[in-house]
Amino acid sequence: MTDLSQSPASGDVPKQKKLGNSLLELTDRTKRRNAAETRFKAYGIVAIAIGLLMLVVLVTTIFSRGLGAFQQTFITLEVELLEDKLDKSGNRDLDEIKKVTTFGYAPIIRDAVAAKVSELGIETPLKPKAMADILSKDAAATLRAYVIENPDQIGETVEFRFLAQSRVDGYLKSRVSRDSIGNDKNISAEQLDLVDALVAADVIEKTFNLSFILGSDASDARPEAAGMGVSMLGSLFMMLVVLVLALPIGVAASIYLEEFAPQNWLTDIIEVNISNLAAVPSIVFGILGLAVFINYMHLPSSAPLVGGLVLTLMTLPTIIISTRASLKAVPPSIRDAALGVGASKMQSVFHHVLPLAAPGILTGTIIGLAQALGETAPLLLIGMVGFIASNAPGTISEGLLSPNSAMPAQIYEWAKRADPAFYERAWGGIIILLVFLITMNTLAVILRRRFERRW
Amino acid sequence: MSFVKLTASTLAIAAVSATAAAARDQVQVAGSSTVLPYASIVAEAFGENFDFPTPVVESGGSSAGLKRFCEGVGENTIDIANASRAIREKEIKACADAGVTDIIEVRIGYDGIVFASDINGNGFEFTPSDWFLALSDQIVVDGELVANPNKTWNEVNADFPAQPIQAFVPGTKHGTREVFEEKVILTGCEETGALEAFTAANGGDEDAAEKACIALRTDGVSVDIDGDYTETLARIESNKDGIGVFGLAFYENNTDKLQVATMSGVVPSTESISTGEYPVSRPLFFYVKKAHIGVIPGLKEYAEFFISDEVAGPDGPLAEYGLVSDPELAKTQEAVAAEATMGGNS
Repeated sequence: MTDLSQSPASGDVPKQKKLGNSLLELTDRTKRRNAAETRFKAYGIVAIAIGLLMLVVLVTTIFSRGLGAFQQTFITLEVELLEDKLDKSGNRDLDEIKKVTTFGYAPIIRDAVAAKVSELGIETPLKPKAMADILSKDAAATLRAYVIENPDQIGETVEFRFLAQSRVDGYLKSRVSRDSIGNDKNISAEQLDLVDALVAADVIEKTFNLSFILGSDASDARPEAAGMGVSMLGSLFMMLVVLVLALPIGVAASIYLEEFAPQNWLTDIIEVNISNLAAVPSIVFGILGLAVFINYMHLPSSAPLVGGLVLTLMTLPTIIISTRASLKAVPPSIRDAALGVGASKMQSVFHHVLPLAAPGILTGTIIGLAQALGETAPLLLIGMVGFIASNAPGTISEGLLSPNSAMPAQIYEWAKRADPAFYERAWGGIIILLVFLITMNTLAVILRRRFERRW
Repeated sequence: MSFVKLTASTLAIAAVSATAAAARDQVQVAGSSTVLPYASIVAEAFGENFDFPTPVVESGGSSAGLKRFCEGVGENTIDIANASRAIREKEIKACADAGVTDIIEVRIGYDGIVFASDINGNGFEFTPSDWFLALSDQIVVDGELVANPNKTWNEVNADFPAQPIQAFVPGTKHGTREVFEEKVILTGCEETGALEAFTAANGGDEDAAEKACIALRTDGVSVDIDGDYTETLARIESNKDGIGVFGLAFYENNTDKLQVATMSGVVPSTESISTGEYPVSRPLFFYVKKAHIGVIPGLKEYAEFFISDEVAGPDGPLAEYGLVSDPELAKTQEAVAAEATMGGNS
């Protein structure tokens, strides 16, 4: 760097001479410059290595902690649906059957567990109630739903696959050990003995759990029954709203600004503000959504429609900026040629410029959607974070208006809960969310590769 | 430009959906994160056993929930606020100003507050005085009020190990904080005789003296946790000297990581709390907007189901999760059935 100023000043003749001597022999200065270059390359490699290491740590942590959530422990039992407990009058009147609450089903399950244990000849000091406690609280609900759906089965013996409670599940996944349950009142060593015996008899088994992906959230008392499905639908509905609103509005705004708008102070201000909006923290949009959509417009809170509107506001600047960039990338010669053969301004834009910019616009939109999909903060304030165990909506309008959560909100909610089993599910949820994000980003890359034209 | 269009289309969507949104058919609940697990257990069972949709339960803290509760009457306001403390006069007034006059107060049971530390660390047997001496901003030394000089637990009580004092207490937005201040710090203040010194220093003003008692030190020894108990647990896992304030139910779900300290010689459990032996407990409530009963389907049924014997009784799922059931549950059931409002009859 200093060689220019140094060489005339030094006047060092032998050194000067040496400089011109040979291309093959390196001078000190050249060595230094080469060393600097080598060092810089090394820095770059170290930076990339650190990045990769972080990625590997992140991915291995997520997968090692989260994969367990996709497996669940089930207990297979034959349950006798006693008529005198479930339908006292015996007339199979659905309204009367519905009067028996899930609490009324507990004794039936208790009997079924006790029958199974004695049938297998397992010795245990436990009372039937303590034996039944290795089952999830969800079992009674499963049973009741089945009976209401099939009232003709009352009186029969039906085989069910019930969820095991979270401690039993944790025991089979080595999350819970005999040492760690010393003070735990949810499970005892005798119950674990029973579990071991039932595992040996193939009554208890750990299998893939589809309901983690498709099911709905469950309360703190039964983490084993919680699933991502309903919040996935919530996210889907929000993304629909974002797509339907943000894409046309964003594209229309960018085409106008890029192709038609006069260059004056007003459009300059709008441009600057769009760039500013892209940098506004997302929680601000949440507060705006609460004030405008819920308090002023009286839209229902916790609804994916409101969530989608808020996320639209958030995604719009991203879409506008990327759309304008891809419109700019279309060479002016295309426009000139279209105008030259007599097309109107609008024809040149819609027939020639827009189709060429479409891959870029789509890519920007997908990236914007992926960003919106992972957003939690704006949803906090509009009531989409909480216990929302609604069932899958029947129609689109119901899906948009009935309360729902979103995938990242569901993960956040699980991570807060007391039972460690929810922690595993939070990591499992992250895996599902990551799969969606990676799919969307891959789609964006493929679209760009496939359709993008370079000049 | 985009905003004009944006507003236009939002308005259009709002107009279309407003008709469909006219009738909200599920109960909306918000409030205390301590009550949230209980409320979600009830909401889930309610959705299973009744033909009404599952209520939506949000958390956010007692104060935040009551604030939303008091925003007014109408379908865009919540129906029920969960609280881990009783509603304050100020909040009742705020409610009344917004038109929420008839409020039904429902006590669901009691919850214990426990002190727990890392399972592999030292065990503690606390008294309220220990906590006052460890965390209060000012304590009495040789008859003088001085800034709290205690740095390790053995300075507080010679029986304790020489472990640095590091406490994680709930932030002021939590109802738990109030109970901690009242039942532990203030009691300790009285027991150590510091209350008299504070009263004297404040010229006989007892309210000011009590306020001075519960002022916690701000030199980093006591850390306010504004998040949930999971955050407190994470702090203890990273700082093994830390002692955290938890709800009993949270501790009982994490017995593999935490050990519980006794208070005045009593081990906290649902039994010792229901007999009143364990001193640090508080009632849990939810508040129902009477004006919404009959408008929001299932609201009264949800409230009645919540406090029914099979749910909130000693053998119900709530007690199993850690709630100490209310011995006077029958009275509460009657009050809810009669829709008795606060100030109306109680």
